[in-house]
Amino acid sequence: MLTRILQILIKEFIELRRDKWARFRLIVPPLVQLILFGYAATFEVFGVSTAVLDLDHSQESRELLSRFTYSTRFHVVLVAQSERDIERAIDRGDAIVAVVIHPQFANLLRKGQTAPLQVVVDGTNSNSALIALDYVGQIVSGFSRDYAVDLIQRTHPGQQLVQIDLEQRPWFNEDLNSRWFFVPGVIASLTLVLIVNLTSFAIVREREVGTLEQIMVTPIRPIEFIFGKTVPFFLIGLGLVAMIATVGILWFGVPFVGNPLVMLAGTSLFLLSTLALGLLISTLCSTQQQAFATNFFVINPLFTLSGFAFPIASMPTFLQWLTYANPVRYYLVIIRAVFLKGVGFAVLWPEMLALAALAALLLAASIAKFRKSLD
Amino acid sequence: MEARAAAAPQVVAEDLTKRFGSFTAVDGISFRIARGEIMGFLGPNGAGKSTTIRILCGLLRPSGGRAFVAGIDVARDPERVRERIGYMSQKFSLYNDLSVAENLRFFGGVYRVPRAELAERMRFVVHMAGLDGREDALVATLAGGWKQRLALGCAILHRPPILFLDEPTSGVDPASRRRFWDLIHGLAEGGVSVLVSTHYMDEASYCNEIALINQGRLIALGSPGKLKRSALGGELLLVECDKVGAALELLPQAPGVLDVAAFGNALHVLVESAERGLVELPRYLDAKGIDCRNIARIDPTLEDVFVRLVAGGTRGEAPRP
Ligand SMILES: Nc1ncnc2c1ncn2[C@@H]1O[C@H](COP(=O)(O)OP(=O)(O)O)[C@@H](O)[C@H]1O
Ligand SMILES: [Mg+2]
Repeated sequence: MLTRILQILIKEFIELRRDKWARFRLIVPPLVQLILFGYAATFEVFGVSTAVLDLDHSQESRELLSRFTYSTRFHVVLVAQSERDIERAIDRGDAIVAVVIHPQFANLLRKGQTAPLQVVVDGTNSNSALIALDYVGQIVSGFSRDYAVDLIQRTHPGQQLVQIDLEQRPWFNEDLNSRWFFVPGVIASLTLVLIVNLTSFAIVREREVGTLEQIMVTPIRPIEFIFGKTVPFFLIGLGLVAMIATVGILWFGVPFVGNPLVMLAGTSLFLLSTLALGLLISTLCSTQQQAFATNFFVINPLFTLSGFAFPIASMPTFLQWLTYANPVRYYLVIIRAVFLKGVGFAVLWPEMLALAALAALLLAASIAKFRKSLD
Repeated sequence: MEARAAAAPQVVAEDLTKRFGSFTAVDGISFRIARGEIMGFLGPNGAGKSTTIRILCGLLRPSGGRAFVAGIDVARDPERVRERIGYMSQKFSLYNDLSVAENLRFFGGVYRVPRAELAERMRFVVHMAGLDGREDALVATLAGGWKQRLALGCAILHRPPILFLDEPTSGVDPASRRRFWDLIHGLAEGGVSVLVSTHYMDEASYCNEIALINQGRLIALGSPGKLKRSALGGELLLVECDKVGAALELLPQAPGVLDVAAFGNALHVLVESAERGLVELPRYLDAKGIDCRNIARIDPTLEDVFVRLVAGGTRGEAPRP
């Protein structure tokens, strides 16, 4: 048994060594993806194109607008003269946010009344619009707080205004740095895509070319074939995770505070379930083209229902239930926790257990299905 | 049974049947192959040759009947059969991205050919395939004939007593085909039982025994000579004339004619007696206004036998590859 598995392993590594294109596909796209994700996939917004219109021309209005000018969040692209200028700037997409200060702004403030401020936001990209609106709110509340303090000190010297500062201090990712949050997620999703594809293609190709039939008349048993075929991809998967993690840590400065052994254990279990998935798909397809289409339909929902991009807690209950059958979900929890929190088995055992159960189930099903597909 | 394996038939098929859904691809085929015998499976595409061979290799489970290979019931114990057989599938199925030597080493290792012997056997196979000096060439770069001989080499590396070769010569030039048959004869002389399928009727004469297969059924079984003599049930005349179409329609009604088939521009006419036919047929055709340019007695080919057996009354072109 061992000699036969060894023969398959040797053959696999020779084929892999010879296939320069495969090596390229293995290394370059993941790195490009990681770098793109690292830079593009961020929840923060900087330099929002902004148009301002001051119809009040007061000291107060100038003071408020200057806070936009000096904020890194906003980039004032237009100091408008009329409301029509503002409309045009938003319509043409020159500005995403417009701030309009109406006449009487300072007067109302001085009387201690509510002074309205008009903010126009281009909602086409609702995500960044919401984030930008939030920043507008922060600037305005900062302004009004300072103004109130100033007013009280001038009118009732010696009196203190009670202030409550809401101090946000997120744990583990103190600056809410979204890159830190994303890099572990990229590891999970890239591993999923690559390993499922590699495994299913490698086996379907042997079926398509006819070498699988030749193998099956030799004394090689199905289980030996599966073993010889998947071990290389397991090792490749480990290398891939190590590579992406290293780049994430060194290039993006993502901290790795956890125990590498915990990471290795979680990654191994996750790899087993993705290998099983690829094997399962290979039993359903007789051509690489079919495998390509099937992979697409399998990987996408796994990705969507993983909590990588969309929080599981905001999903409808039914979908939330589905996520329990998704290995990516557990691996994401494990890998984020290991990276950012540094917790170990004591905390992560439920995820580890779930992942192990899923991997065992998937492996058993795919091996059984694979043996049947040979008849 | 195994103890007397040398004397007992190496391959026994008993009423083998394979159905795919409602379609019957193999329909109650029975035959035996003795030690050192070459059995040829002849039949057009889709006849069920590959399916039968794949059942015998343990790749397909038969829907009915039994198959014994080297005395082992294939359906019951396919694993034990595998070490005793060599198989060349219809589709070339070595690893194209491995070199000649790497393929041989892989299959040698898989069959656990002892290390000490492997080098010697590899040299033998490489020489047999005419690949001396090209051990490190990638298989993908080899031409058809070399690939086929290498595939045969991989199939015999572990010295199996039984070989299943599914259309090993299809798509190979005639010279390579001849050379391939020489190799098969060499193996058979060494005691290997060979089951080889082909749709080239002319290759039948290379075989000791022939099984003619059509639409899943075994329609004739015997040595090439015996089949030609007995299966036809008459003697064969070659007729060359004008108005071939009209002659094809009229001749079956002529006295003493059993069957007519068109072969290219000529007609093969099966008659009860060649002597009488040679005299009567030109006269008969002449009376119908057809000019008979040439009429001669010919030895039947297996193609004639096949057409006669398959057609069974429905006359037409012989199935050609
Ligand atoms: N796996 C299968 N499923 C359905 N039909 C099949 C299958 N394999 C072969 N057949 C059908 O069985 C018939 C015999 O095929 P085959 O044994 O390959 O013929 P041959 O080798 O003589 O050309 C063909 O009509 C073919 O389409
Ligand atoms: Mg065939």
